[in-house]
Amino acid sequence: MPKAKPEISPDAQEAPAPSSRLVYRQALSTRVTHWLWAVSLFFLLMSGLQIFNAHPALYLGHQSGFEFDNTVLRIGVEEAATGPVGYTELLGFRVETTGFLGLSGGSGAQQARAFSSWATIPSGQDLASGRVVHFFFAWLLCFTLLIWLLTSVASGHLKRDILPRRTDLAALGADMADHLRLRFHRGRSYGPLQKLSYALVLLVLLPLMILTGLAMSPGMNAAVPFLADMFGGRQTARTLHFLGMALILLFFIVHILMVALAGPFNEMRSMITGWYRAEDVRASKRKGESQ
Amino acid sequence: MKNVSMSRRRFLTASGVAGAGLLVSGCDALDAITQRGGHMRGILESAEWLTYRAQRLLVGESLAQEFTEADIRQPMRPNGVTHPQDADYLDLQAAGFESYRLAVEGLVERPLSLSLGDVRAMPARTQITRHDCVEGWSCIAKWTGVPLAAVLDRAGVRREARFVVFHCFDTIERSLAGEVKYYESIDMIDARHPQTILAYGMNDTLLPIENGAPLRVRVERQLGYKMAKYIRRIELVENYVDIGEGRGSYWADRGYEWYAGI
Repeated sequence: MPKAKPEISPDAQEAPAPSSRLVYRQALSTRVTHWLWAVSLFFLLMSGLQIFNAHPALYLGHQSGFEFDNTVLRIGVEEAATGPVGYTELLGFRVETTGFLGLSGGSGAQQARAFSSWATIPSGQDLASGRVVHFFFAWLLCFTLLIWLLTSVASGHLKRDILPRRTDLAALGADMADHLRLRFHRGRSYGPLQKLSYALVLLVLLPLMILTGLAMSPGMNAAVPFLADMFGGRQTARTLHFLGMALILLFFIVHILMVALAGPFNEMRSMITGWYRAEDVRASKRKGESQ
Repeated sequence: MKNVSMSRRRFLTASGVAGAGLLVSGCDALDAITQRGGHMRGILESAEWLTYRAQRLLVGESLAQEFTEADIRQPMRPNGVTHPQDADYLDLQAAGFESYRLAVEGLVERPLSLSLGDVRAMPARTQITRHDCVEGWSCIAKWTGVPLAAVLDRAGVRREARFVVFHCFDTIERSLAGEVKYYESIDMIDARHPQTILAYGMNDTLLPIENGAPLRVRVERQLGYKMAKYIRRIELVENYVDIGEGRGSYWADRGYEWYAGI
């Protein structure tokens, strides 16, 4: 067992702490679901932006205001004296976003599209294919989340590792300060901020994405009309679906940044093999006391 | 000092990882998996069957949400073809659709040829519903028409009929291969649903040209493209392999789902 012999870390940049050991941190179910989510969310994001491009405006309420204004976000292109200009209008504030949103591509091949071709699947404007990709991975995400939820409740993973406890919440401030100083605790279990962010994504954001997605389905609207009403109407559900996407994207960026800062080799190893080099907190504490 | 260089190195690593992610997403190689007729596309499309089965199970006979007069806040937004330029349609329009006949044929006991007067003389249903376009927008309007089930009963649907096909007047595509007129199909569950009507009225007026005059179908539990406009002929079939390119609808033949409940 790796626990028995002090292994020399293959990544030279991470000099082993005076007392660190490899621990089996990620169960197989955690690792498999993690990578299925990663793949699903990647395809859902980019096919979702493809779908958004078919009508790049978001509204509040049951319907889209064509003769009245209930728009909260609009990405488009307009003719200016100097030629076409891409713009993004959020809650009435308009900014020029040529090259990024609304209008993109080289000067020879400018395209009037909300999100540029590099951000969508497929890269060209193709709503039909975007929908086919989106719903396939939506099903995969639902299945994965359901299986994870059931196994995590059964194994105690949810209660033990994900749901923040009272002590976690009490330690939240100190954990934030440590993160800001790029000082990471490599324990066997997740830190307070980790728990909180994983719980928010898995138990709040992803279910919200599934529910707001279903609230847009005319079939589901007949079966469960209160779903769309609960969110304030189908168009509000669509807006929330977009907002949820932005929050998951934000989580992804921070998540990748944290992996890289906390030691990408160790973090990736634990999410692939399950084994993680953890600091022996008690041992280092004792050592600190004796000095 | 050591700490500073450590965090800088880590930051660079972080940027590297993030950069690699961007590079992957910029790659057009992903387009290959959506290639129509391809193996991967076939796998991805299998989710449509799952959606259809799941929704048929969950949705059952339930009615689409209906709204109130106060929710009608704007004219119904037209989409797709908004004025057919086909000669036979223009002739009918010029005569106020007086000589219009709706043909109901295929797997029926008594093929029908109904005038608009015949259709309007049948029991009517009025409903205020939300129209959801596949593009993402919604619009609420009031629709008046005859339940399709009543028309089907009048024609006497034969046991082997499984789908209702709508053949339309409007040419939606002109290419070297010829002209394509709009067509759609629904299963008998949607065809017999109480809210599935052949609408001739909208927002208390006659159905406007741009919204599908003289008759369009409302399939309230699916997306807008299922609700064929400018209906010329209704055909009952066992399967739709011989219709269009064989996937049951103009848009399904162009990569969209045949079942548009989501």
